[in-house]
Amino acid sequence: MSTVDYSNGDHSNSELLLEVDDLWLEFRTSDGVAKVLNGVSYNVHAGETLAVLGESGSGKSVTAQAIMGIVDMPPGVITGGEIRYHGEDLLKLSDTRRREIRAEGISIIFQDALSSLNPVYTVGFQIGEQLRLRRGMSRKEAQKRAIELLDMVKIPNAKGRVKQYPHEFSGGMRQRAMIAMSLALDPEVLIADEPTTALDVTVQAQIMDLLKEIQVERQMGLILITHDLGVVAEVADKIAVMYAGRIVERAAATELYRMPGHPYTLALMDSMPRLDQRGQTLNTIKGLPPSLLNIPPGCPFAPRCPRAQDICTVELPESKDLGLGRTSACHFAEELVNRV
Amino acid sequence: MGRYVIRRLLQLIPVFLGTTFLIYVLVWAVPGDPFAGMCGERPCEPGFIAKMNEKFHLDDNIFSQYFQYLGNLVQGDFGETYNGNSVGELIALRYPVSVQLAALAVVIEAIIGVIAGVLTGLRGKGFLDNLVLVSTLFLISLPVFVTGFALQILLGFELEWVDPVVSSDPTLGELLLPAFVLGSLSLAYVARLTRTSLMENKRSDYVRTAVAKGLKPSRVVGVHLMRNSMIPVITFLGTDLGSLMGGAIVTEGIFGIQGIGKMTYDAILQKENITVTGVVVLLVIVFLIVNLLIDLLYAVLDPRIRYE
Amino acid sequence: MSDPTAASTAVDSAGAYVTAAEHAEPTTGKSRSLWSDAWRNLRKRPTFIISMVIITFMIILAVFPSMFTSADPTHQDLQRQMLKPSADAWFGYDFQGRDIMAGVAHGAKWSLLVGFFASLLTVLIGGTVGVIGGYAGGWLDGILSRIGDVFFGLPFVLGAIVILSAFRAAGLKSAFGLVIVVVLVISALTWPVAMRIMRSAAISAKQQDYVKAARALGANSFRIITKHMLPNCMAPVMVYATILFGATIGVEATLSFLGIGLRAPAISWGVMIAESRDYVQHAPHLLLFPAGFLVLTVLAFVMLGDAVRDALDPKLR
Repeated sequence: MSTVDYSNGDHSNSELLLEVDDLWLEFRTSDGVAKVLNGVSYNVHAGETLAVLGESGSGKSVTAQAIMGIVDMPPGVITGGEIRYHGEDLLKLSDTRRREIRAEGISIIFQDALSSLNPVYTVGFQIGEQLRLRRGMSRKEAQKRAIELLDMVKIPNAKGRVKQYPHEFSGGMRQRAMIAMSLALDPEVLIADEPTTALDVTVQAQIMDLLKEIQVERQMGLILITHDLGVVAEVADKIAVMYAGRIVERAAATELYRMPGHPYTLALMDSMPRLDQRGQTLNTIKGLPPSLLNIPPGCPFAPRCPRAQDICTVELPESKDLGLGRTSACHFAEELVNRV
Repeated sequence: MGRYVIRRLLQLIPVFLGTTFLIYVLVWAVPGDPFAGMCGERPCEPGFIAKMNEKFHLDDNIFSQYFQYLGNLVQGDFGETYNGNSVGELIALRYPVSVQLAALAVVIEAIIGVIAGVLTGLRGKGFLDNLVLVSTLFLISLPVFVTGFALQILLGFELEWVDPVVSSDPTLGELLLPAFVLGSLSLAYVARLTRTSLMENKRSDYVRTAVAKGLKPSRVVGVHLMRNSMIPVITFLGTDLGSLMGGAIVTEGIFGIQGIGKMTYDAILQKENITVTGVVVLLVIVFLIVNLLIDLLYAVLDPRIRYE
Repeated sequence: MSDPTAASTAVDSAGAYVTAAEHAEPTTGKSRSLWSDAWRNLRKRPTFIISMVIITFMIILAVFPSMFTSADPTHQDLQRQMLKPSADAWFGYDFQGRDIMAGVAHGAKWSLLVGFFASLLTVLIGGTVGVIGGYAGGWLDGILSRIGDVFFGLPFVLGAIVILSAFRAAGLKSAFGLVIVVVLVISALTWPVAMRIMRSAAISAKQQDYVKAARALGANSFRIITKHMLPNCMAPVMVYATILFGATIGVEATLSFLGIGLRAPAISWGVMIAESRDYVQHAPHLLLFPAGFLVLTVLAFVMLGDAVRDALDPKLR
């Protein structure tokens, strides 16, 4: 256990809720086998916010879907690892038990709330549906609770809104409704898969504030999946950075920002626009992530890495423990962390 | 919703006037002598022609003829044939069997088509899927009269399972084969439409949400997937009902059913223009009303439509 | 959906069915890459290859019927009335002792001519009206759509019977005259379907940024429609046209069956099927061969349309 004082808070002493342990997953398609997850591990404690960072295609969303058990199988196949919820491996549970954990234990909100809500049912129906089916509430009670939930996510005139359809809501309101729906059964873990990507910047901040507020209030574990470092900075306790189906770096948020321990994280931070460095050209990461159908030997980031040495194209770097709860999968991790 | 209904009703008026006028012109203003062949081998007597011209206002211009006809129509008067029979009564006599036939065809389409579509749409690729795809392809390629002939020969003459020709007052059982023939083409479309619609919606985000909410598979499919996927299918079936009622000429001909289609066909050959106009106008009214109802049903099923 | 029977439902609901192709995203990227992508995808599809083989064969049959038979399709010989297929005449003889194989070979021309010109004309009329309505919007679109509705509301077979029996009274004698009348009637009653498909494609193309940009740069309407919109709206209409080609051949057969389509000297497959009507119980081969060729041809075009639609729709790949 680490003793470092995380500015956003250390929750490693609170209850361990969810643990992804060495998860391997591939998609077997007619074009070949895409190795989407190659030994992903992370965990989240009660009241803790874990941010999973990575480009599209890095496997961050697939991991979330694997936790929920909503990866299409086939073509998806889990080839190894465990997903433990309260110490119990979800992958070994029956379909029925698994279903019971969805929304009640672990819940998820998606990026595009418009397409994720059913267009032909009212928002109230969609929130109340789980309450009626799983809590045995009457239609009236479910409706009342749905209004309370909409109130909680700060939707004005919740009483009127509950009878409206998703297309009658604005983008931000829809995402709020989605959050209300995911919270209906009081889950212990909430996965937010790019919850603000489709929204305007001002609305983004409101939604993030709301999520954080609810999380603190309910002491939920929050897994925030994003490609936006800016979103992460203010809310995350710890961060896992993913690249080509691997976690390349794992660290407390403050540590990671102070001193990235992997060249990919460094490159991500360099490519962020900054207010204190005016007039400079924005750095971009050159090249593209490797094709998951054919991952080259060695470090998958090597072809794009400015620090790559001969060893990087030959040997896959192990995830090294750097102390203070941080790990990095780079041959030169120590140098990076200890540079002045 | 109210505004939507009113808008659709208002759109109906010009379409109704346009279509009925088009029919009227096509029937009455065609080149050639309207009385040619009407009185057997010899030309009609001048007295008869004069009487008919007066009765049907044939000396007026086509617009005035049309509006006089329309005036009578609004009062429920479809006019008389040259022999003095009421067209309205003729239609009333022949219509029930055609309605039964069309309704039965739609029921067959709905049951077989939707089941085939759902089974293949939910399961995806496999033997059943290929079977349905290939057999619907054949049904689509077969003109209805060929399907009708083939089944009549096979089931009626060779196997003698059914009477090849139905009786003058057919029971629903007798109409089963003709109805299947009539609906065979649409059956194939219903199956394919259901399949495509299900396969598209199966991968949609809101179905994924429903699964993530921890709903049972039966509820995910029954409540979230079906409702959305069936909207185009129901629309198609409804429209088809309107179409099939007037579309039974071929089927009624093959199986000797004394319905509206057969009556119209005979009337055209005998140049009973009033009868032709009457039936076609009626069919157009039925078609337009059914379409309107389907549009309204569509708006009920899909709330997004109401706000467009 | 205009109407009814056999024939017409084939034409109209083919329209309803192919509307899936409207979502074929004709707008992302350049149209050239869409078509070349589709072509690469098409070549690999077995249904595409099979249908092209059948269609090619039918076209050769239509253009060079004497390659396949030396018999005169109009030569009657009551001695060989309704003889069953044999080594002399593979398909047998009809009720007037004419060689059925010769009839089928020479009939291909008429069936394909009607199919080709009717689908071409339908797409030309419907496509033009649809793209104008979709581009212009407002009152012009309203009027064009209502005109389409008027023709759409007319039951197909009834409309066709009324018009064709009128022309019949006018007395047409030449084979091409008959073909032209049938083509005109089919196009007049089916163009609204093509219009609706084109209109909705045009409406979505109009909202694309490159069309907005072209307008902002002051390009005139004609240029915007021809250079920017048409290439991107063609995909769904082409799919419809392919299926329509087949469906029209079936429609022509239905009209001939009712005695108002083609007739001698234009002996199409439909005419042969219609003529077999009274003898079919005793001599099924009279129906079998022309109907077989008819169904095979329609099948090939429907399959081709399916394959093209799937190839153009990245979602279904």
